[in-house]
Formats: sequence, C-alpha cells, structure tokens
Amino acid sequence: MNSAENLPRMDRRKAMQWMLSATATLAVRDRDAFGADAPIKAKGYGPDPSMITIYKPGDVWPLTFTEPQQRTARALCDVIIPADDSSPSASAVGVPDFIDEWISSPYPAQAGDRRIILDGLKWIDDEAIRCFKKVFASLTLEQQTAICDDITSAKPKDKKAASFFKRYRDLTAGGYYTTPEGMKAIGYVGNVPSATFEGPPIEALKHVGLA
Amino acid sequence: MPVITTDKLQSFYDVVIVGSGAGGGQTAYTLTMEGVKVLVMEAGRSFDPATEVAMLQLPSHAPLRGEKTPDKQYGFHDCSINSGWEIPGEPYTNANSEPENQFKWWRQRMMGGRTNHWGRISLRNGPYDFKPRTCFGAGFDWPIGYDDVAPYYDKVEMLIGVFGTNEGLENSPNSSPGVLQPAPKLRVGELYAQKHGKKVGAHITSIHRAVLTRPQDAETLPAKLHPGNKKAQGILADHMRTRSPCFWATDCHRGCSIRANYDSQTVHLRPALATGNLDILPNAMAREVTIDNQGKATGITFTDKSTGREGHAKGRVVVLAAGSMESVRLLLNSKSNLFPQGIANSSGKVGKYITDSVSSSVGAHIPAFEGMPVHNEDGAGGPHAYVPWTMHAQNRNGELGFPGGYHLEFTSGRQMPSLTTLNGIDSKSGSAGTLYGRRLKEEARRFYGCQLGFGAQGTMLPNDGSFCELDPELKDQWGIPVLRFHWKWTDFEINQVRHQQKHICEILESMGGKISQKADADVLKSMKQGGTVIHEVGGAIMGADPASSVTNAWSQTWDVKNVFLADGAPFASTADKNPTLTIMALAWRMADRLKDEMKKGNI
Repeated sequence: MNSAENLPRMDRRKAMQWMLSATATLAVRDRDAFGADAPIKAKGYGPDPSMITIYKPGDVWPLTFTEPQQRTARALCDVIIPADDSSPSASAVGVPDFIDEWISSPYPAQAGDRRIILDGLKWIDDEAIRCFKKVFASLTLEQQTAICDDITSAKPKDKKAASFFKRYRDLTAGGYYTTPEGMKAIGYVGNVPSATFEGPPIEALKHVGLA
Repeated sequence: MPVITTDKLQSFYDVVIVGSGAGGGQTAYTLTMEGVKVLVMEAGRSFDPATEVAMLQLPSHAPLRGEKTPDKQYGFHDCSINSGWEIPGEPYTNANSEPENQFKWWRQRMMGGRTNHWGRISLRNGPYDFKPRTCFGAGFDWPIGYDDVAPYYDKVEMLIGVFGTNEGLENSPNSSPGVLQPAPKLRVGELYAQKHGKKVGAHITSIHRAVLTRPQDAETLPAKLHPGNKKAQGILADHMRTRSPCFWATDCHRGCSIRANYDSQTVHLRPALATGNLDILPNAMAREVTIDNQGKATGITFTDKSTGREGHAKGRVVVLAAGSMESVRLLLNSKSNLFPQGIANSSGKVGKYITDSVSSSVGAHIPAFEGMPVHNEDGAGGPHAYVPWTMHAQNRNGELGFPGGYHLEFTSGRQMPSLTTLNGIDSKSGSAGTLYGRRLKEEARRFYGCQLGFGAQGTMLPNDGSFCELDPELKDQWGIPVLRFHWKWTDFEINQVRHQQKHICEILESMGGKISQKADADVLKSMKQGGTVIHEVGGAIMGADPASSVTNAWSQTWDVKNVFLADGAPFASTADKNPTLTIMALAWRMADRLKDEMKKGNI
C-alpha cells in the first residue's frame, strides 16, 4: 500500500501557490469617479466569473466616492475600527474602498445601502461643520467620538443618522474581518493547508470543561 | 474517446446518458469500466476542478466580500457557475402563490452537476427508509429493501472515499469492515454538544462525508470493486493514486482541486474517460427522448447551446440522470402518437410524488465558548459530527405524530469570517446602542466562534399535492416546455418541524445557549420551502406495480424497456438521510442490471 509521501503532490503545490498569491499586496488602481447621484448602469460579473481571480474594488464595476467622500469614509472607518498594538485600522486594509464597491454594486440587494451611505456621509460632514466648523475627517478623535456617541447611544435623537451609523459599522466591521489582517485580529488562524488535523488543543478543551 | 463537440458525435452509442452528476457519473463509470460505449450529455459547460475552483481565496478577494448575488446565489466562491434558483432564459412556474405551496428549483448547469456543490454528507438509508408503508402505515414501500442496496453502498463508499464510524445504530446502518476512511477528530464545539446533548437524548457522533482523510488503498480496493477485470483495476488504481487526502483547510462547497473530496468529474468521469469508452458532450440541452414506431427509445434530441443547432444522439439505451425534475421534464416532453402523455407515463404517475428533506433550523450564542483559546479548527471543510435519528421507540409507540425522523447537522466554531460574522454583536455584549472603536474590536474577538446552529433534515413521504406537470404555455429559451410545480405540506411534515424546533432548542439550552430567535408560532414560517434543501427526489417513482409506479425495482421504466433513470426520480420517498449516496448506489445497481440485460439481448 502506498504511503501518503509517495502520492503525487502537484495539486497541493498549486494550491500553496494560490495561497501565496492570495496574500500579495493589492495593486494601486485607477479610480473612475462617478457622480454620487448617477444611476448605476454597470453590469455585474455575470453567472460565470473566474472564481480564482483576486479582485479588488473597481475591477468589475466603477466606484462612486468623490475625493471628499473618500476622506469622510476613511475617517469614519477608522473611528469604528482604529489601529491598536496588534492590528491595523480599517482604512489601512482598504475597507473604505470595499464600502465604495458595495454602494456602487449593480445588484439590487445593495441599492438601499447606496442611498443610506451617501446621505449619511453628507450628514456626518454637515454635523461636523455645525458642531466644530470643520468636516468630519479634519476633526480630532475626541470631536469625532462626540458626534458618533450621539448616534450610537441606546436612544439616539436622530434615528436616521443612527441607522446610517449602524449600517456603516456593520459594513466596516464585516469588510475588516474578511481581510487577512482582520482575520488575525479576530483570532481566525485557519485556511492553512496542513498534513494532519489534531483536533482541539488541551487549552480549548479545558476552557469548556472537557479536560 | 474524450470531451467532444456535436460534430464529433459518433453515429451510435451503446448507452446515452443525460446528466453528468452523481447518477450520470456513476452510471458512466460502471458501464465504461465494463467496456460499454457511452455518451454523457451535459447542459452546462466543461469545468475543470483542478484549475477553476477557489480553494484558499478570502472573501476580500471577491467582489462584495463574496456575498451572494443573483449571479452567484450561494456566494462568489461557491463552486457553482451558470447555476441557481432562477436562471435567465430557463423559467419554471408554480401553480400557487402562497410561499408554503411553492417549490423552488435549483439547477446546476455545469460539468459534474450538483456534485460540485454539496456538503459531501453521505448517509445510508436504513431498512425502515425503504419500507415506510410497512413501518409507519403511510407512503409507499419501495420494491427494494436495504439488503438489496447494502452491497452497492459498500462499493460506492470504497470508490468515492467516505469517512465515518460504525455506530451500530438502529436504521443508520454500519458499513462493512474496512470500507470507511477514518473519521477526523471532533472539534471543541462538537465535543461540547456531544457531552451536553446527551442530557436531552441527542446522540452526537461522527458524521459520514465523502472526503479522504488518508490516501485511498489503491492496492486492494480496485480488485474488490472490479473482480476479474484487470483493465478496470489498473485504471482505478492509477486514479486513486492521484487523489490527495484532505489538507484540513477550506470549505468543501468551494470544490477541491487536490481531489480529496468527491465530485463526479474527479472520481467518476476521469477514470471513465481513461477507459476509452466514454464521450462527453457539454453544452447539450436535452429536449426529448426519441422513440421508434415499436415504442423503443432511439436516443436524445438536444440543442447545442454553443451553436443553437438541434442535434440527435443515438443509442441502444437511454439513461436519464439530469436531476430528478429535469428527467421528469424530459419524460413529459417526449410526446408522440404512441405516448401522447409523454413516455413511461401509462400510469399517469410521471411528475407525481415529489419529496424533499423536511427542514428547519435554530441557532444560539454559546457563552461557554466566549474567549476560547485561539486555534485552527477548519478540519475537513464541513461538519465532523451530526445527530442521527434515534427516537425509534417513540415513533413505534405513535408518540410523535409523524413518520420516520430527522437528523441534525450543525456548524460550530471558528470558521473563516464572512461579512456577517459580527451580526448581533451589540445584543451579545449587552449594549443597547451600536458598538464601535476599541471596544468593538475587543468584543469581536471575545464573541467570534460562539455561534452554533442546528439544521434538521427529515423524512418526507409522498402526497398527492406535491407534483409537477408541463406548464400549458410557457417555454424556455430553446422552446422547450417548462415545468409547473404544485407543493403541499401535510400534517406529518408540520408535526415534524414542530418537533425539530423544540428538540433543537432543548439541545442548545442543554449547552447553555442563548437562542437567537425563538421558534415561530406559525410553524410554516420555520419550515424551509419545498425544494430549498436541494434534495428533491421522486417524480418517476419505482414500485412493484406498473399501474402505480413509473419504474421497476431496477429504475427501468415499465413502458419503455430501454429507458432507465439514474438520479433521484425513482425514489419513492425521502429518508431522514441525504439522497446523494443512495443515488450513486442505485445507479451502480441499475448499471449492473443494464449491462446484464444488454448481454442477454433483452434490451
């Protein structure tokens, strides 16, 4: 009988190469800025896209954010997911571009978010100017936090702003924890080919009283 | 003989098979290994699992973080192309407008069919599952019993590679010694459920899945599967040696380029091609089984989707393995003066008695898992454990109000994060507002991997209200009449789902779980819609009597002796088990019979 070592391993090597390419840095791209209110005419990726291609926002359909919207989006992403000692901020791993891709999607499920996010980014800049005479991105973290605290409390006065923030928070967090850096930050250490599966470590079993 | 285009079709084949999935793949494998000249027709395009599947890509490498869209209805990296509930140009209709009276139909238009997209869960039907009328006084007994199929379960499991354990459970049969691959160790959440589930009568044990956990035994298995056939043994041994065991990463639904898990192309069609006895014709949308004036099938007419032209493939035998409902549609559309209601339909039963797994699910947050030490529990790309049905005594005593039972599948733990991984984090952390900033990051880490959900899949016996017929008006983009569905749940299914919901909640609570959503008072809202488990079978059921069934015990149609069915269409009911393994076992059994009948000159 053959042992595992004697078996052809070409496919496994190929898989390893993919993993390496998967962690390659995202290339800088051209931005094809569209007006925020332009209706989305782009097409989706169709029913037979290449699944192995590494896509980045803007590859399949054009993005929406203007430069000022990008600045606001970045600033708000980083209030929601700031950098800390062990992991980077949301903007450092491209989450604002993901949100731009999301609201620029030609598919119906994202159409509602487009309006919520674009209106919300305008609202938060208006609020920043009203309170502190500067756009949101130019405020100090304390000032930004003051605005966010108003709309994230249990009973926010401005319900529309609060629901914008919650949606923006969900997209930011979801966008972040689906990146390699975000996965590390949340404690996901899988997606690594391995010769064996040893089951849970003793510390994990002890944690739930199984050892 | 290779993958071909219409102009390379041979003038005549021994057997023409429609469909390249589990049933078509198994039939082609069994026949070509025995020297039978076979054509497999597939409506979708060729697809190469070795180079086209996204095994290790992250959600951030896909548009919209890989979330599902109308183009990719199970998400971007799911191994489905040109597939879905709704496919442009390929409609179907429902006779009723209420959601609970509708059927949803998944079509997988690609080489290998639905075997590209499934959890690889491979459970045997048990003795009761073939005899519901005898055991429960309802439904129809199949004309075969477990003992007829058991040798074929062994063969299929040895061929495709299935891991699991033999538990000696009532109605969840053991495999023969040496057949199963070793089961992987259970994850911490699976072990925790196993320990606490006992308190409420849930027996949690290793699941059976078509994933290699070690290299296949290429020295001995081929001789067991093909005794006396040296050529077949050699081909199979070569192919077994090209399959790697699981490398313990990535979800099996993405497909497997290292050939660790089963899909039809990797395991069935590759060795079948190597025999030199198989042609595969992709992009061929079958329209009709053609009939001569003696009422014998002569082949299949089809539309070549790459040219739009009509073609005809001729053969001595036709095997339909297009997916239960698609095979039914072919039978109904094969109308002639001899068979004005479609072929094999003298009983009027073609399209009748469709069943699907009866399903509902409940999830919970398990506080005991909070702050779990970081570790990798990807494992075999899907569940390692499940809850088989063990409440046979209650069933016999008539305490349950439904026949058969259900098994529970569950997912736990530290899976690859998705866009919605943090759903519900505010309430989990006791925050009435919206968390953000450093606290959000801390809570995300604390709560990640604490969600656990059970999904039930249970017995459905046929009823008169769940069937399909040809829509009187609508045609698809090739002018082929489409199906119209009728769907009805009976009290059996409704009672079963009530039981599912209550039992799942008991198990979750035994683990200290905080249930995400209380069971709906309206049980119909908790039930998965007909068809949505993608286990639909029936529509051309087998039986002992030509007046009340479409095929005999060999999946051979009563009316047209050289037409056989190799998908789920002949199933006379749905068990509390997933259908794929049984589709393959019955296809192998059917192909053995077909080969013998051809040899004897009976066909």
